[in-house]
Amino acid sequence: MRASEQLTATEEKAGGIMLRRQELEKIKDMLIKMAALVEKAIHDSVNSLVERDDELAKKVIEGDLTINTYDVGIEEDCIRALARTQPMAIDLRFITTAMKITTDLERIGDNAVNICERALELNREPALKPYIDIPRMKNIAGGMVRDAINAFVNQDRKLATDVIMRDDEVDDLNESVHKELTFIISQDPSTASRAIKITYISKYLERIADHATNIAEMVVYMVEGKVIRHIDPEALKD
Amino acid sequence: MVKSRDEIYTTVGSPLLSDQIVKISCRNVNVYYGDKLAINKVSVDIAEKEVTAFIGPSGCGKSTFLRCLNRMNDTIRSCRMEGEIIIDSEDIFDRHVDPVLLRARVGMVFQKPNPFPKSIYENVAYGPRIHGLAKNRAELDEIVITSLQKAGLFEEVKDLLDHHGTGLSGGQQQRLCIARAISVQPEIILMDEPCSALDPIATAKIEELIEELRQNYTIIIVTHSMQQAARVSQRTAFFHLGNLIEVDDTNKVFVNPEHELTQDYITGRYG
Repeated sequence: MRASEQLTATEEKAGGIMLRRQELEKIKDMLIKMAALVEKAIHDSVNSLVERDDELAKKVIEGDLTINTYDVGIEEDCIRALARTQPMAIDLRFITTAMKITTDLERIGDNAVNICERALELNREPALKPYIDIPRMKNIAGGMVRDAINAFVNQDRKLATDVIMRDDEVDDLNESVHKELTFIISQDPSTASRAIKITYISKYLERIADHATNIAEMVVYMVEGKVIRHIDPEALKD
Repeated sequence: MVKSRDEIYTTVGSPLLSDQIVKISCRNVNVYYGDKLAINKVSVDIAEKEVTAFIGPSGCGKSTFLRCLNRMNDTIRSCRMEGEIIIDSEDIFDRHVDPVLLRARVGMVFQKPNPFPKSIYENVAYGPRIHGLAKNRAELDEIVITSLQKAGLFEEVKDLLDHHGTGLSGGQQQRLCIARAISVQPEIILMDEPCSALDPIATAKIEELIEELRQNYTIIIVTHSMQQAARVSQRTAFFHLGNLIEVDDTNKVFVNPEHELTQDYITGRYG
């Protein structure tokens, strides 16, 4: 290669790397913003139920449009970055992981909407019982989402593993809510309609924790290049 | 997890699969230009009938190492080599080995297409003639045609065999050079940035050709294009400052390399 050709190639490469750095930073930035919206949606959805706040529920439902816009935008950014910067190694794993994370975040947003829809229905009827386990599930699941995204941003495998471990707590709470409500229905069948709706909400929160777990598993893949989905979480402990 | 820069060691890389045959075995290869060490204790096995890509920043030694494999460095006066390179079971630096015959077994294709200023026919016929591979004109014709066919060029030049090779397009000239290399029945083909002077369509044709050729030949390609290495090779070796840093399955190297240096290079953080 002649010196002049080499110079051009170097310049082109430098331009390409700068483009890729910019694209990756933008994707990271958008994901952080999207995750913040999703986390707020989780909290607001359960608060709209606990505080019987219809306005808040409607706001969460409307806000889902923004979350969906982020989902599409991030996916487009990832596809463009793949096409234009041909990433390799950690950059490649970062982009493919971001594409999958955004899908999970979008689903979590949908689950928050579902909670709000049930909340709006439940708010029209007398309260069945004080909510104790549901807010607890919300706090754990919301924290899992936040930590999963932090693990992604900081490439923190330990935090990701920690998120995966917490999924069982939410599963256990979901089961206990289910049992409790089944008992209430058996005592007074007129509560069935309300009890089933609360069961749904518990299930939505359990799904949210599952999505956070998916994100954390993808973060482990991104950091280590190892796929750990469908592996016993106990085996992840270092 | 990538290994840190401190953990770099000279390596033969992850072993070849048990069903692979080692075609070239290199052990502790040092190459000096004068006093300067250009290749430092490189040990690596190259599998038969597979494409191995050599990648690394300019000056990392990948071309120098490639040129060891058919003793092209013999032609450079200041160049000196130590270590062992065994092809099949023969040490190519043994004093009984004739470098001219070695280069028929280990053919080479260069960065710039360099056809002889002769007809297309003569470009391909030259090697077989001096190596006495054809008893008569009919046999020579057969070798020329087969070589051009294997290089994917015959259909385009079958009516132009008496035309000058230099009149072809860059991509066609490069395939002519590949036909010329094939004509002396090599077992190994070394390619030193064979596409860097070609446009994307001509590049794609050469890459398709490489994929076909690996059914019958062991191919080693030096390339500056990581995308090309990722597309055409089964194994990739990464060189840095004369050291072989990592050699592994191409899928592994480009998705999850073992070494930080490899990762820094293929993600463009330096190099």
